[in-house]
This record gives sequence, structure tokens and C-alpha cells, in this order.
Amino acid sequence: MVAALTRVFGVHNLALAEDVVQDAFCRAMEVWKFRGVPENPSAWLMATAKHRAIDVLRRERTARTFAPELGRLLESEWTLVPAVEELFGTAAVKDDLLRMMFSCCNPRLNDDAQVALVLHILCGFGVSEVAAAFLDTEAATQKRISRAKKILAGSKRLFDLADADFARRLSAVHRALYLLFNEGYHGASSESVMQVELCQEAMRLTGLLLERESTATPATFALAALMSLHAARLPGRINASGRLQTLLDQDRSQWDTALIAEGQRLLERSATGSELSEYHVEAAIAAAHARAARVELTNWAQIVALYDKLAVLRPSPIVALNRAIAIAQYQGPERGLDELHAIADLDRFARYPFYFAALADLELRCGRRDAARQHFGEALTRARNPMEREFFEQRIRACEA
Amino acid sequence: MNDFLYLYRGGQWSNRTPEQMQTTMQKWMAWMKELGDKGHIKDMGHPLEQQGKVVKAHKSVTDGPFAEAKDLIGGYTLVQARDLAQAAELTAGCPIFENGGFVEVRPIMKTGM
Repeated sequence: MVAALTRVFGVHNLALAEDVVQDAFCRAMEVWKFRGVPENPSAWLMATAKHRAIDVLRRERTARTFAPELGRLLESEWTLVPAVEELFGTAAVKDDLLRMMFSCCNPRLNDDAQVALVLHILCGFGVSEVAAAFLDTEAATQKRISRAKKILAGSKRLFDLADADFARRLSAVHRALYLLFNEGYHGASSESVMQVELCQEAMRLTGLLLERESTATPATFALAALMSLHAARLPGRINASGRLQTLLDQDRSQWDTALIAEGQRLLERSATGSELSEYHVEAAIAAAHARAARVELTNWAQIVALYDKLAVLRPSPIVALNRAIAIAQYQGPERGLDELHAIADLDRFARYPFYFAALADLELRCGRRDAARQHFGEALTRARNPMEREFFEQRIRACEA
Repeated sequence: MNDFLYLYRGGQWSNRTPEQMQTTMQKWMAWMKELGDKGHIKDMGHPLEQQGKVVKAHKSVTDGPFAEAKDLIGGYTLVQARDLAQAAELTAGCPIFENGGFVEVRPIMKTGM
């Protein structure tokens, strides 16, 4: 709704668009209190926002300039209402969402700010919800969002999907959606419900990219495949007693087979053209895991090869960590430990528990319980939520048993 | 380029269903937009209500009479065209013709020495 209103008012009037949405919600609360919630609440809200938008456009016709690309259409009663009607049509709203998505991924904003904006403006998360998603304070998040909005408002108009910068901006959008999904999947937030919601929002927005020809590139398909394949495993990540399960220990019968099939289909569709993105490789890794009905059936040779490729496309300590774990599965724990110790940039793991958890796991598999216990202890001090804490405590107990 | 005023006169404006109104508005928008895209619109102007007041000298204010309904001014637009002939041609496709109305095209007088 904010996206549609921003398209009407112009990005520089983002605050006005938010006010109108707020207003529509307040009106809804008042009216629904007395008359009950209508059959189609979102349509009701949309219609209310539309009428409020027309009011504002009339009242402030001379005081403000609205979306410059709409030119005079909003200035005259001849065209005002039909123009707004058109902009609130389903197809137009989808377009606005895309344009807003591209606008939020402004290169002048850092990754975190982009994701925060996407969550706040496109997914309708309040400041406190965004703060919870990033394990950040409300004040800091508020500051980050308003700074980002100011930069966004300075860009005057929504990003034009025909812009020459389109391809570069699209990869920024991919990146932001990928981070959004990851925040939900691996993130530090303690509330699991929130995590799933982040994953769902990332998938919904990626789905929008798939609906439009110019944005449905092979990389977009690969990203969507990656999300589906990972999301398929979500039900297995937490066992019946609410405990975190590693990929190797998960009950694979709980994986969502429909999502796996969807992910496979998307991955096949991504295999066109010459572009091999990091999302292709990551999706291929996820697909290799998904194909193995039991952990012993995993094709580790293929997975190691894919991680080699990924390490070239997107070198990062996390990729190196996952590669080392795969090597341990393929060639034994000693080889895995060698790889773990060889990772450059180890200080990046200063606050990340799973590097130490990996060290501990492999030490344990080599039969060195004391070393394992010590590393699990280091992981425990870095646990970011109760679920992780309990997971490491349980592992420590296993070392002592 | 010279300035001209379109006065939309007559035509059936009221007594229609919301759907009909909406279709008509869509047509007006499409027509105005086309004219604007070709660079002929100086000010889109507005449609006018049918009611109003007539003010004459000596503070005499009445609710009418206006011109007869068939000639009533229903709205105005300021356009730019090469000459009167082109300004007249540009009215082609105006939705008012479908409602039995017509467009009065008047050049803006250039005063000045």
C-alpha cells in the first residue's frame, strides 16, 4: 500500500504516503469496531487509502509537487480520479512494489539498511519488528530506517525499471532478498515464528520478480530455487522437543516434498543462458542435500566441488566453513579440521558460534573428547539465543558422557 | 504556438450510473493524456458543476439563469496549437461528442501594445 501511494505522491513524499496508510488503518479500527470487519479487509483498506490519497492530492495540489513522472494527470479533476484508480489497479500495484523494491536497494545504502527498508516499507514490519529481526535496539533501528528513508526520499522518483542501471540494481535486489531470507533462516533472532515470517516475505518478493519478464532472470530463478529448497528443510530444523537439529541429524521425512519439487523445477528453469551466479551454486548444493533421502546417500564429492566453485564466486569465511564441513564428510574429520584451521580471516568468527561448533564436532569424531568439549564451550559463550544455547549445552553433555 | 481555450458545452453529465461515469472519466483521461503527450496542453483545467450563481452589477446574485442546458459550460482546458484550424482539429476524439455536447474553441486574445 505504501508502495502504491508513494508512486502516486512521489518518493520525496514517502512520509506522506506512510501517514495516509496509518490513517487508513486508524479509520479501519474505528469503523470495524462498530460494524465488524468487512469481508475483504485488505480491499477495504486499499479503497480507504485511495480515497484519502485523492483528498490529499486535491488539498495540496498547489502546495506540493507530487510524482513528477505523472505530470499533470494529478493536477486536474479531468484526470485525477481515473489516474489514481489506474495506479491502484492490481497490476499497477505489483509494478509499484517492484519499483519500490528497486528503490530500496539504493547503492547509497548499505546492505543492512536496504534489508531494513524492504522489511519496513514492503513487508509492513514496524520498527520494533525490524529491530527484533536484526537483534538490534529499537532506537538504533529507528535511526537506521529514518536515515535510509531520507536518502530514499532524496531520489525524487521511484526507480524506473527501464533504467540503464537496471541489471546492476537487480543484483542488489537479489542480494537484499537473499540476506532477508538468511536472516530468517540462520539469523540470530530468538523468536522462531518471526524467522519463518522473514523467509516467507523473502520468498513472496522473489516471486514478484519471477512474474515479470525483465526481472525473471536465470539468477532470479536460482535465488527462488535456493529459497524453496532451504525452506523445505525448515520443518526438520527443530525436532519434536523444540531442539535445533543439524542438517546431518534431521529427520528428513519432515522435509516439505512439495517445496523440494518446486525448488528443483525452479533450478531447472534457472539453467538458461551463460550466467552462473552464486545463487545457482548455492541452490545446486541445497538440491544435492534435498536429493539424499538419508544422510548416508549424500553425494559429498559433488557438494565439495560445488563449494569449491562457490568459494571462487563469493569467497567468504562462511563459505569456507561450510566447505570444510563438506570435506570432513567426504574425506574424513582430520581433513576437515585441516581445512577449518586454514581458513583466512578467522577473526570474522569472533562472534559466530558455529565455527567453534564445527571444530568441536570434528574433534569429537576424531575421538578427542576434551578438545571437543572445549570448543563447544567456546561456541556456547557465543550462542545468540536460548535455542542455540541449549543445543551447545546438550553437545557438551554428550562429550562428557 | 498559440493559446486556445476549449469550452466543453452541453452534453449529458448527470443521471448516469457510477460505471458509466467511470467509463466516461477513463475516456476523458485517455484523451487528455494523448493531447498532453503531443504537447498541446497548457493547463488541463477542470470540469465544472452544473449549479452555481450568476453575479451581476449592483450585487445582484441569482442562481441562474445560465445558458440553456444544451449550451451549458461543463468544463474548460487551455491548449496550445499552431493556429485556430489546428486547435479545432485537435478536438477530434473528445468524449463530449459522445454525450451530445460540443467544444467551443476560442483563441486567447493577445493584448499588449
